[in-house]
Amino acid sequence: MITSKSFGSRAASVAVWAAVLGMACLCLLPLLNMVALSFSSSAAATGNLVGLVPVDFTAESYSRLITDQQFWRSFGISVLRVALGASLNVCLTVLTAYPLSKPKSRFPAQPVYMKIVLFAMLFSGGTIPTFLVVKNTGLLNSLFALILPTAVPIFNVIILMNFFKGTPEALEDAAIIDGAGQWQMLLKIFLPISLPALATVGLFSIVGHWNDYFQALLYIQSTENYPLQTYIQQLTVDLSTVTDPERLKELSRISGRTFNAAKIVASTVPLLCIYPFLQKYFVTGITIGSVKG
Amino acid sequence: MRNKKEQGAFHLMLLPGMLLLAVFSFLPMFGIVMAFQNFVPAKGMFRSPWVGLEHFKFMFSLPDSSQIFANTLIIALGKILFHMVVAVIFALLLNEIRVAPVKKAVQTIVYLPHFLSWVVLSTVVINMFSYEGPINQLVTLLGGKPVLFLASNTWFRPVVIATDVWKEFGYNSIIYLAALTGVDPGLYEAASIDGASRWKQTLHITLPSLLPTLLLMSILNMGSILSAGFDQIYNLYNPLVYETGDIIDTYVYRVGLVQRQYSLGTAVGLLKSAVSFILIVGSNTLANRFAKIRVF
Repeated sequence: MITSKSFGSRAASVAVWAAVLGMACLCLLPLLNMVALSFSSSAAATGNLVGLVPVDFTAESYSRLITDQQFWRSFGISVLRVALGASLNVCLTVLTAYPLSKPKSRFPAQPVYMKIVLFAMLFSGGTIPTFLVVKNTGLLNSLFALILPTAVPIFNVIILMNFFKGTPEALEDAAIIDGAGQWQMLLKIFLPISLPALATVGLFSIVGHWNDYFQALLYIQSTENYPLQTYIQQLTVDLSTVTDPERLKELSRISGRTFNAAKIVASTVPLLCIYPFLQKYFVTGITIGSVKG
Repeated sequence: MRNKKEQGAFHLMLLPGMLLLAVFSFLPMFGIVMAFQNFVPAKGMFRSPWVGLEHFKFMFSLPDSSQIFANTLIIALGKILFHMVVAVIFALLLNEIRVAPVKKAVQTIVYLPHFLSWVVLSTVVINMFSYEGPINQLVTLLGGKPVLFLASNTWFRPVVIATDVWKEFGYNSIIYLAALTGVDPGLYEAASIDGASRWKQTLHITLPSLLPTLLLMSILNMGSILSAGFDQIYNLYNPLVYETGDIIDTYVYRVGLVQRQYSLGTAVGLLKSAVSFILIVGSNTLANRFAKIRVF
């Protein structure tokens, strides 16, 4: 097909490319600035001299980072939280979504459970009542407070449920003829074919747990037990709002623009490692979730 | 008999989830009672004095309340609008790029901010908008005077909306890109045969095809209109900008939890939950009627 290459359409092409590349740069540059800051000297950072490239290149912030015990403790807590939390989430998602995906003819109680789950998704008691419940179960300050309240990710349950609903009935019928019970069906048939959907759900859960800072702010009372994001959040808090002189001293010692930048970069690295997988699965994830009826 | 075993299996599978929901989702709902009491932790829920609608009356009389509801709505609506506009424009632009590796590279870059937490991004934002930061440097270069963006009541909301759009436009564009690839190429060919320019084709073919998706997204977003983004605002705000930046969730956290006014905090939270419930059910019903699309 012969397409016209008038000046107008060429100019439009250039404009489109410029806009797209511009928007991409807009996303990348602020992050590059942070990386540059982490490799710059304190003086350069305070003097606002750092752009996209480190000024007075130094790995000093990182060498300080390696010996910062609290940072690594919080890092470890976050890793543990992600491992436990995401596994629990995925298990519960599968266990809850599977029976819910069965039609009423097979599982008469399904509509009741469905309504319960839906209501829990739409309405919540609120932050304060939930806080008091966690407090009264004695979970305050423990890792479980970060994992249990959000253990059933209802939205993901619905996504997986829709996915299970979409599997061919013939699969299940054949298995029944072979004498399979429901547990066997779940573990040997439905699980293997839903691996992409599980990967999607799992990855979202991993990112959610890694990035969350609020749950710990609520439930964890000793700062040593903070997971990584909460720890960083406390560091970058405006020093002028801190009234406790001890805390102020401590914060002034461990804060500092380049040091904070190094911590932020280090905390993002794990996420960047799984980013290729994230990209692969979340686009499908968005389409799995929608059911057109 | 096999049927009974099967039912047993189903119930057993649901058991752990139901237990957890019972404790952490349904039990707190009973805590709503606190909104109608003068809750004293020492006395617990059963012995705290009952005050009926006093907290709600107090809430509506506070000058703060109209402020936080207004802020929440303004910020949320601003976000919904600009999220949509920028994501659609980006999708349209990206759709024009035919060079696959470039397209893929751009997508990889623009999806990234969505996966970073606001703890990390707030430092980036504070850096960008600081008094001597890049944005102000640009302003002075263009002849203006530097502005303390994050401490100014005029600028706080626009910065909040703009940075949230920056964070999410890549991710938001996915659904529009998907819609765009679903458009029949025959339509474009017919139009170009009829002599329509790319611009006219965009106006008369592309945009109308996007309309259902746009409408659907706006309807679904309406449900979450009372959540203006706690994570972001908590990390960016300070007492100087409470007037324009304090939203329902930050207020509930600060006054209800940190300042321990449990009952007032629960009352405000309850109002938000109730209205959100109505909005979500309403908007999903609308979406179902309109496009036969349901989330549940």
